[in-house]
Amino acid sequence: MALSGIQIYKLLPQTNCKECGFPTCLAFAMKLAAKQVELASCPYVSEESKAQLAESAAPPIRLITLKADGNEVKAGNEVVLFRHEKTFYNRPGIFITVSDDLAIDDIKKQVVEAEKFAINYVGINLAIDGYAVQYQSGDAGKYAQAIQAVREATKKPLILVCAEAKAAAQGLSVLGDETPLLVAADTTNWEAMADLAKEKGAALAVTADSLDALSELTEKIKGKGVEDLVLYPQADTLGKALVLNTQIRRLAIKKNFRSLGYPLIAFPQTPAAAAQAITKYAGFVVLKEFKPELLYPLLVLRQNIYTDPQKPIQVQPGLYEINAPKPTDPVLVTTNFSITYFSVANEVEGSGLPAWLLVADAEGMSVLTAWAAGKFDAERIAKAVKSFGVAEKVSRKRLVIPGHVAVLSGELEEELPGWEIRVGPREAVDIPSFMKMAL
Amino acid sequence: MPVDVPKDTWAGSVRVVTIGATPAEGGTRQKVLKVGGEKALSYLSFEAEMPNRPAVAVEIRDRRPEDWSKVLLDAWGDVTRDPTAWAKAAEAAGADMIVLMLSATGEDGKTLTPETAVKTVKAVLSAVGLPLAVYGPGQAELDNELLVAVAEATKGERLVLGICEDKNYRTIVATAMANDHLVVARTPMDVNLAKQLNILINDMGFPLDRVLMDPTTGALGYGIEYGYSAMERLRLAALQGDAMTQLPMIVTPGFEAWKTKEAKVGEGVPEAWGNWEERAINWEVLTAMTLLESCADIVVLRHPESIRQVKAAINELLAA
Repeated sequence: MALSGIQIYKLLPQTNCKECGFPTCLAFAMKLAAKQVELASCPYVSEESKAQLAESAAPPIRLITLKADGNEVKAGNEVVLFRHEKTFYNRPGIFITVSDDLAIDDIKKQVVEAEKFAINYVGINLAIDGYAVQYQSGDAGKYAQAIQAVREATKKPLILVCAEAKAAAQGLSVLGDETPLLVAADTTNWEAMADLAKEKGAALAVTADSLDALSELTEKIKGKGVEDLVLYPQADTLGKALVLNTQIRRLAIKKNFRSLGYPLIAFPQTPAAAAQAITKYAGFVVLKEFKPELLYPLLVLRQNIYTDPQKPIQVQPGLYEINAPKPTDPVLVTTNFSITYFSVANEVEGSGLPAWLLVADAEGMSVLTAWAAGKFDAERIAKAVKSFGVAEKVSRKRLVIPGHVAVLSGELEEELPGWEIRVGPREAVDIPSFMKMAL
Repeated sequence: MPVDVPKDTWAGSVRVVTIGATPAEGGTRQKVLKVGGEKALSYLSFEAEMPNRPAVAVEIRDRRPEDWSKVLLDAWGDVTRDPTAWAKAAEAAGADMIVLMLSATGEDGKTLTPETAVKTVKAVLSAVGLPLAVYGPGQAELDNELLVAVAEATKGERLVLGICEDKNYRTIVATAMANDHLVVARTPMDVNLAKQLNILINDMGFPLDRVLMDPTTGALGYGIEYGYSAMERLRLAALQGDAMTQLPMIVTPGFEAWKTKEAKVGEGVPEAWGNWEERAINWEVLTAMTLLESCADIVVLRHPESIRQVKAAINELLAA
């Protein structure tokens, strides 16, 4: 049974040395009870206490880290079923499949091409997390060469999709000091795969089509001393995949069910399946090919779902200069929700026209939400105009408000005497044409 | 060792809402659409089967929406010039329901008249046998004027009239009540605001089994996580027994996704955004799928390929 924070506290040194990063042993104990930290952070805990705490200290879903040359992809350590209950922590790693069936030069070319993929989304850089090398040729030597080629083209972690232990061993032998993921051990090959994972320090995916079979296999493999496991539940429909993933997550979090307390891997075949993998609990997502038009929305979805709901991403309220505005240029006002800010800022910047962008403190909400919640009204906008000294920066007092809050224009004219209030478009995408035509 | 899977047992369930009426029921629809009725979270068949499958509604306009993405206009082609042809094409593309959006102005540039709106709605009703929702242009006074005329001219059809918002719901609810129609109640991504509007509508004596709620969503990349979590919380509240949240949810991923730059703009964007058409469709499909995972009962879509992909995904979700 899981121990309470107080029970855990009694087993700790109680010296408040702070080396774990928390101010007191009690604070650390509370975090341990909530399964948000690992006991290993305490350097002074006794062996005896360690054994007692092992159960309580382990997170319900084991943290698995794939590593290569300084790059890491983490999965696991999740604590909730629904993101609003707290948050989802480790964004699932997105991997691209490369088949060893291709010519070596083509393999390299594919990876080099995919490595160039980079997106800037609201100031965050999005990229591929790694590559999954698929054993399809039936030739172990060819497989090792393919892995070598991929490794030369990228420094990111690898997944070896190869159920033949001998070929996998040959593949692993070309890799240096890194932690790849082997996919997968099943009822027929598990002993050889477990031995190989142990020898090479690789993580090992375990596959079966039912929870009974999966948990039986993980127990056997743990018995061989391999702890870093990933679950690959086989499902031939989206419905079955959703049920299995939900059941596994529930068992781990609600029941602390050890033999299924591992992150999940998914191999979605359609965009819809990829979306489900992100929302419903996959820790590693392997796409069948490099397609930027799917990767971009998928990485954005991952970013959205794994945003901490308690902390909307905000930008600092203030007066921002875009395209070097002069005192005669217009002032556009919006809220400090990051997505709102970046949508507007990108459009104004893209228009090539100079403008002042006034970001009002709307407690990190978008225009409509903030307006509905009373956080983006005439009073708040007027306050932003005054507190950021906008009148001192511009000679022409012209303020453009978002089209969604057109109703505020009358009140604003009262709040800001001497200002011309203009109603802009509802959507950021229409700002450039509005600026060209109407300003 | 057999694994004992923990099952949630819920006190509440979602109401069943029937959209459209057949000739026997006082309307002219060939098919009615039943949504809702869930006794567990969507698709978790080990707890309870979904009694009614989530539906795909298709948005059409009374006149060609020239501001729509070229990708969409090209996909539908000339039918966008004629709402009856568009409704038929939507039916052929797999629509379970049509959502007809009325424009604020007609072809002549003048404000849309109730007579024209009624004519269009009746034409669409005779062109297809599917259930129909009719949304006003989103300006309170005009919405009321148009929707009252439409409701009276189609009495008994069990149309879905939209949109009721906290600042404008009384007239629409009253005409729906008098003419045997349904309403959609929209609130901005908040559990309590959604409940409050449902209470206000119910207080008018309008039966809740004729209300769909639209908790609003953002598009992927533009705040979808707020809508996603509001919907999960609404559905959990419904299952826990909160009567004012026990309504089927309708959301508009098509509208949201297609107003993003990623879907709308094909030129002058980073190369890493990939193929425009596929990206735009993916934007809509991923937005819709995410909302289906958070228990949407009706998703309103725009592109024929998205309709195909989302319908296929729903079929797979129900084939657990």
